[in-house]
Amino acid sequence: MGAPGVEAAERSEPSGNGHVGRALPRKEDPRLITGRATYTDDLVLPGMLYAAIVRSPEAHARIVSIDTEAAKARADVEAVFTGEDMADMAAPCPMVWVPPGVEVKVPDHWPLARGKVGYVGQAVAVVLGTDKYGVVDAAEDVIVEYDPLPVVTDPEAALEEGAPLIHPDYGTNKVFEWSLPGGDVEAAFRDSDVVVEKRIVNHRTAGAAIEPRAALAEWRQGKLTLYSSTQIPHIARVILSIQLGITEDKIRVVAPEVGGGFGSKLQVYGEEVLACWTAMKTGRPVKWTATRTDEMAVTHHGRDQIDYIRIGAKRDGTVTGIHAKVIQDCGSYHLIEGPVIPTFTSCVIAGCYKFPAVRTDIIGVFTNKFTTDAIRGAGRPEATHMIELTMDALADELGMDRLELRRKNFITEFPHELPHGFIYDSGDYNGTLDKCLEKLDLDAFRREQEELRSRGVYRGVGFSTYVEICGLGPSRALGPKGWGMQGGYFESAQVRVHPTGSVTVYTGTSPHGQGLETSFAQIAADRLGVDPSVVDVIHGDTNTGPFGKNTYGSRSLAVGGEAIARAAEKVADKARRIVAHSLEAAPEDIELVDGTFRVAGSPDKGMTLAEVAGEAYIPGDLPEGMEAGLDEISFYDPSNFVWPFGAHACITEVDAETGRVDVVRYIAVDDCGPAINPLLIDGQIHGGIVHALGQALYEQVVYDETGQLVTGTFVDYALPSAADVPSFETDRTETPSPTNTLGVKGVGEAATIACSPAVVSSVLDALAPLGVTHLDMPLTPMRVWNAIQQAKGGAS
Amino acid sequence: MADAVRVSVTVNGRQHEAEVEPRLLLVHFLRDKLGLTGTHVGCDTSNCGACTCHVDGEAVKSCTVLAVQADGSEVTTIEGIGQEGNLHPLQEAFWKHHGLQCGYCTPGMIMAAADLIADNPNPSEHDVREALAGNLCRCTGYHNIVKAVRAAAAEMGGAEARPAAREEEPAWAHQA
Repeated sequence: MGAPGVEAAERSEPSGNGHVGRALPRKEDPRLITGRATYTDDLVLPGMLYAAIVRSPEAHARIVSIDTEAAKARADVEAVFTGEDMADMAAPCPMVWVPPGVEVKVPDHWPLARGKVGYVGQAVAVVLGTDKYGVVDAAEDVIVEYDPLPVVTDPEAALEEGAPLIHPDYGTNKVFEWSLPGGDVEAAFRDSDVVVEKRIVNHRTAGAAIEPRAALAEWRQGKLTLYSSTQIPHIARVILSIQLGITEDKIRVVAPEVGGGFGSKLQVYGEEVLACWTAMKTGRPVKWTATRTDEMAVTHHGRDQIDYIRIGAKRDGTVTGIHAKVIQDCGSYHLIEGPVIPTFTSCVIAGCYKFPAVRTDIIGVFTNKFTTDAIRGAGRPEATHMIELTMDALADELGMDRLELRRKNFITEFPHELPHGFIYDSGDYNGTLDKCLEKLDLDAFRREQEELRSRGVYRGVGFSTYVEICGLGPSRALGPKGWGMQGGYFESAQVRVHPTGSVTVYTGTSPHGQGLETSFAQIAADRLGVDPSVVDVIHGDTNTGPFGKNTYGSRSLAVGGEAIARAAEKVADKARRIVAHSLEAAPEDIELVDGTFRVAGSPDKGMTLAEVAGEAYIPGDLPEGMEAGLDEISFYDPSNFVWPFGAHACITEVDAETGRVDVVRYIAVDDCGPAINPLLIDGQIHGGIVHALGQALYEQVVYDETGQLVTGTFVDYALPSAADVPSFETDRTETPSPTNTLGVKGVGEAATIACSPAVVSSVLDALAPLGVTHLDMPLTPMRVWNAIQQAKGGAS
Repeated sequence: MADAVRVSVTVNGRQHEAEVEPRLLLVHFLRDKLGLTGTHVGCDTSNCGACTCHVDGEAVKSCTVLAVQADGSEVTTIEGIGQEGNLHPLQEAFWKHHGLQCGYCTPGMIMAAADLIADNPNPSEHDVREALAGNLCRCTGYHNIVKAVRAAAAEMGGAEARPAAREEEPAWAHQA
């Protein structure tokens, strides 16, 4: 693949009222704080059936028989279906990563299992009935006989000769093998004075949106409507069309209020397809709502990499090369894009540093666990985690200060082309680190640390300086001929001015908490000279606005927001021509000032947007050849990704008696370009930090060796609570991206990508006097205590 | 299915009589029988608190209370605590301080916070964090929730200094 070059977009300052950059409270909040918002499970349709799913308790087994008679006999049950009943499905779940020249094994993954199961929780049958509780009772009456098969859950064991084969036809559990080299990494290591190596387990986690998934499908007069708790209604429509074999014009997908996603709803799940298929079979609306146990078992997981990393350097600290070998646990089947996720690790494998040679080798592996796919950060947190902890180890090996090593190797000139072809758009890595250190006062902390250590209190500080890739993305780089994703990664926007001058913006993005109804209104308002209160942003419905590519990969603002700016600019251009014609001036002399399109030099001569709209919709005297209306569309496909960056510092205190870790301070200085709404940026950073703190300290999806899911509820899966985390100290620098006219970069995943190595590094710093040099996440008290005991044992 | 039981529950000041299954959860009574969908279900195990409402003035997790247990009780849900145009100080503060993103945990968070402030009109940051430990949020990192709860407590008469007023007062902020 080739990374795209940077074609600088001409940055235009918004000419309106300066709403961009202001910390406006959100337009979406009144419905959310009063309980008036409508999430998918809140919806009820006439004649609606409830669906309950019979799931496999076995991790790997042949299905011998399914007896549905007792369930069907219940008075409140309408129908029961199994995989055999679904022979008319047009296709299994498509997996959209088809990298040129690389074989990726994609076993058929159907909404209901056919013949065998490969993970605990796999759907085997669906019961439809009129009573919400009754269908759950009926599902228990479905008798499934299984013939268990040998189970493998460890990805390295699954690669060994003689391991149980999950899909025997392939003769291997290897899903794919893929490499992205840049420069001669072996020569680099030969020329290095020092090479440090680490094995890092980046464990499996859950997205854990608080709203469980739900799907409600209706089939009426040959048309299908799916209401779903999804991040990707437009993409879901394409995929439903493929799987159900009906054309897209007959399908409408609506994402109502969506209660968080974090990647876990960047998916088209079997239950969504099943709701549609059963609605079509029964002719009645069908609603399925996940329990939390469904969420933990069969909402895709994230991470689950074993990373082998090497960094080489000269004695003076100049880095020479970095090589990562990634073993990615894919689970037993794919959903829409799981195998591509670890490849995003390779994009940022150089971190912030001038590595002359880089290489990432990735092996995907089938195991008897559920699918891994995109969860907040999606491959990049894994990269940052291994790079930053290995840079720490390198500094220690060289006897160099950890931050001095980073500064010595920081990329300082932009755009910067990396050995593997990517081009960092803009950056100021010293700038964010400087600001982070100003807030921290490292010297004072070191004094405090020493004093505390003398009293047996262990505090440490850790840093993470990161860069990430987002704003997915340039189609020619990501698409079929590049990275191999089967789609374009533009975003659409339609800006419609109504006859009396208010504005509706349709976006192809599909927000689920990000506040885009506010920030997008700010962007359009500035371009059109109106107040954001009269700009309504519509999203999440394939029957409104143009085809879009939805929300993931921190793309909404850098791609979707830019599309809005461009569509609004088209509207403003037309407005200028109308005003020029009406006021007998040249279009280039019309400027937008304080909400009025006016003639330069004649401030008293001008028209508001409402007046322009009146002319456009009651066309008595439009310029020759101009069509009526004030309504424009933009499809914006970026020329490059955007590359946010920053510096995070974490101070933790470790109780050496119990192994408990407490976060004492957390400082985040991030740069996502000029702020559209600083309130929303801070919110994304706060949430992103806690997502990664959760992984670093508490959260882990655990399967036992028989493939049973141990963490099936929030009792066992430890999501951080308010009592587990501190308040945060955040700040920003603003380095514009040359890629879009807003100069913006994404921020939704940045803090999650940054945070975990800072936490682990701080704990290792705290425990340095005790000799602990390595810890894999999550840093549970037991794990930390054991490491302390081992270090003590080793010393004695 | 066991025989239906008659319950009488006053919800947001209005009395409701209904025949319910003995196993019906209070949260489903509110959502499915009364159409009060502001109370959410997030975990089924009383960990996440999205279902928090008040029964006889105390915050409860309505996914772990049976409707029959609420017979004869006064229940308050998010819909009853304040409406657009007449927001409760907590609703106002969550809005002003960006204490919510996806909004799914928010009703439960506000109801739990109201219970805290009733018991402790002047909570410290530590008090707020401990009191909300049974209400999970995946979006906000809790930072602005804590800020909002303390600001609301101050607004409601606690002695804490109010956080600085919001920089911006957009038009729609006054429409609610």
